[in-house]
Amino acid sequence: MSTGAGLDRRRFLQLAGAGGVVVIVALGVRAGLRRFDAPEYPTDVNAYLRIGKNGRVTVFSGKIEMGQGVITSLAQMLAEELGVSVHSVDMVLGDTASCPHDWGTFGSLSTRVFGPALRAAGAKARAALLELAAKRLGAAATSLVVVDGVVSVAGAPARRVSYAVLAGGAKITRVVDREAVLRGVKQFRVMGRSVRRTDGRVKVTGEALYAGDVRLPDMLYASLLRPPMHGAMLMRLDTGAAAAMPGVTIVRRDGLTAALHADPQAAQRAVQAIQAEWSVPATTVDTDSIFAHLAAVGGPLREVARRGDVRAARAHTSGLVESTFRKGYVAHAPIEPHVALAEVKDGRATLWASTQTPFPTRDRVAAALGLSRESVRVITPFVGGGFGGKSADLQAVEAARLAQAAGRPVQVAWTREEEFFNDTFDPASVADLASATDASGRIVFWDYAVFGAGDRGAVPPYAIANLRVRAGANLGYGPASNAPSVHPFAVGPWRAPGANMNVWARESQIDTMAAALGKDPVEFRLQNLLDVRMRRTLEAAANAFGWQPAAAPSRRGHGVACNIDAGTCVATIAAVDVDPASGAIVPRRIVCAQDMGIVVNPDGAKMQMEGGITMGLGYTLAEELRFRGGDILDTNFGTYQIPRFSWVPKIETILVEDDALAPQGGGEPAITTTGAVIANAVFDAVGARLYRLPMTPARVLEALAKKA
Amino acid sequence: MQRVLTFRLNGVERSLDVDDARALLWVLRTDCAATGAKYGCGAGYCAACTVLIDDAPVRSCITPIGAADGKDVTTVEGLARDGVLHPLQQAFIDHGGLQCGYCTSGMLLGALALLRANPRPTRAAIVQALDHHLCRCGAHQRIVEAIESVAGGAPEAR
Repeated sequence: MSTGAGLDRRRFLQLAGAGGVVVIVALGVRAGLRRFDAPEYPTDVNAYLRIGKNGRVTVFSGKIEMGQGVITSLAQMLAEELGVSVHSVDMVLGDTASCPHDWGTFGSLSTRVFGPALRAAGAKARAALLELAAKRLGAAATSLVVVDGVVSVAGAPARRVSYAVLAGGAKITRVVDREAVLRGVKQFRVMGRSVRRTDGRVKVTGEALYAGDVRLPDMLYASLLRPPMHGAMLMRLDTGAAAAMPGVTIVRRDGLTAALHADPQAAQRAVQAIQAEWSVPATTVDTDSIFAHLAAVGGPLREVARRGDVRAARAHTSGLVESTFRKGYVAHAPIEPHVALAEVKDGRATLWASTQTPFPTRDRVAAALGLSRESVRVITPFVGGGFGGKSADLQAVEAARLAQAAGRPVQVAWTREEEFFNDTFDPASVADLASATDASGRIVFWDYAVFGAGDRGAVPPYAIANLRVRAGANLGYGPASNAPSVHPFAVGPWRAPGANMNVWARESQIDTMAAALGKDPVEFRLQNLLDVRMRRTLEAAANAFGWQPAAAPSRRGHGVACNIDAGTCVATIAAVDVDPASGAIVPRRIVCAQDMGIVVNPDGAKMQMEGGITMGLGYTLAEELRFRGGDILDTNFGTYQIPRFSWVPKIETILVEDDALAPQGGGEPAITTTGAVIANAVFDAVGARLYRLPMTPARVLEALAKKA
Repeated sequence: MQRVLTFRLNGVERSLDVDDARALLWVLRTDCAATGAKYGCGAGYCAACTVLIDDAPVRSCITPIGAADGKDVTTVEGLARDGVLHPLQQAFIDHGGLQCGYCTSGMLLGALALLRANPRPTRAAIVQALDHHLCRCGAHQRIVEAIESVAGGAPEAR
């Protein structure tokens, strides 16, 4: 029996004390990720589930639902191990008062890392319930079978008892350890089968609550004064006219200036009436000059991987291919902007926030308000898209401070303009890549250095004898976030952080080398791939597409790209048209194959693949934040274009069976190949290679002119 | 101008004493407890706030409440009848035509307006009608399939 861990556990026992089976988990979860394998995660004592008297099972998880579907797939995993119907499971997600501590929902970790812990909890609970049932039914535990939460004696179905009855008066505890025996694929009844989203109904009726939909008595809506650009300093402020407007409360505190009102539009009008003078910094870099800046100050380079003798290989090679790749800043642009509602009273704070990181947000709010973390509760309703962008949660701290000052609940809901201003953008990035093959077509030399993006996806999955991969150490977020940023405004993780840049650069270069050798790009990849799963995945994509080998440019507009991300192998093949007059790229068909190990919810996994590919068309074809120094020039969807219905080709997805492998990541892998697969298809169509993302019509025309 | 407005919200008559220049979206969300219509951009670009005035889809974030005076306003809350989902709602669930769900109410009302105007739209017509509805999760393909499955179906779908 493990010891308690403060409020979370005490509260949990109170909840459970109403009657029910309690499962206490003290699980040494192998996170497999350096940063988030922190001591707090494996040594924390967490309660994961409760079985109510009515037979319904409540699962508690610090993960959140932002569209990726864990509300369904985590329920499936628990239902599988516990032996209940997925429809008898209720999910409590992202509530810091009742859920086990979690760093947040990112990195395709929910299924890979939280999943095993939850399954173990379910397995141990099932074992405990079977013990109880054995006593009650007077049968050996080994003779019992469980179907949909009902335990019966094998061969004597009349001798039965439900989990609800077993849980009714009992209060038992179990420590779940690594020995918890998980069910095998052949035993699966719930996992591995497509389950419709369990949140579908509330989302089509409007009942689903998002943070902005929560209403409290006497709540006020805030509008905040924002600087005209990043780096601007407030020189003079006159809130007199705004404060004189009926119903308006002006709050100035901790650098915040806000108008509060019972009507959100009235609060906005009041802020517009504030007279503010700003001192703005001199412009340093802009949308086009950022790349030279990054290469100059984005170092020092940190070695990520090294094999063989790169210097000698470079000296002895012929046919060196040298390229420089550039990609601009990209916005997260979830359709739901950041929102938080805060209530601060009696020394406690409660927040409803659109966040991917409820626990870190709780801690930040506690620090901002001078409260203990036990005095702050963050509740995460449905999140309207995150993609990495709802990790910093400035809006929660803003709402908490304003609510504390006002003595009434305050909602901070960023406008779209504030969303574009305060976003933690996907960083701009520049990479230099030199590579070479031998005469037989084997890649013998690879030297990659990337600034701005980080190293995810930077190490090729190919067997390359002499290889060096380096990445700029100063990313400006994550572990180095205390270092002075090389970026003119905040950057942060964006769906598969860095991989979209690195995979686009690498897979473009692979095709350039294949074309130079006159080799088919699929064949060339297979020649240089040893990874069995990756090879099989590529072959599956090629078969499904009906790939006909040819050296590029074949004028057909067919392209391919591969990657291994979050443990998942992904291979994507695209067919595009390029209009030589306008420069427009029109994707016609995309086929994507994934080996992601055991698939918990096949249809859910396919939705993530389709979603990733579709979202990826944005950074590939159009999305690039324009700016001049700290002045963000794109502030709404009028100029910043994200994928639309008319952009989306026919997308076909294939799941490669790999039941010997535990479930791998699903939310991010597919998006990492989108840029590369389109770039390679464009080269195949017109024989021109683009070295900058996004591949706008103007840049396509430029590349065509350069080639001619 | 402050005045008393009367409109039917999902078939229920409402009278409000309001400034008629206020955006329909915020009146629905703050005065009528109808939070199904969502704010996405405040400028009519994303269509997450789409509701119907009579049969016409409008961007409620840039439509003054005065425009609803004497009219029928339909929001996502008004699509299901007595707990029975509208065929479009059911189709969105069946085809997986949503992920985060934030753009869903606008999508449903945009689709409903399309089907009322054109009961048997082609795939191209569906794409054209919804092209200004933004979805960041990338559920587009399934949304089109969901609407296609309803188009030309039973009359109650319109």
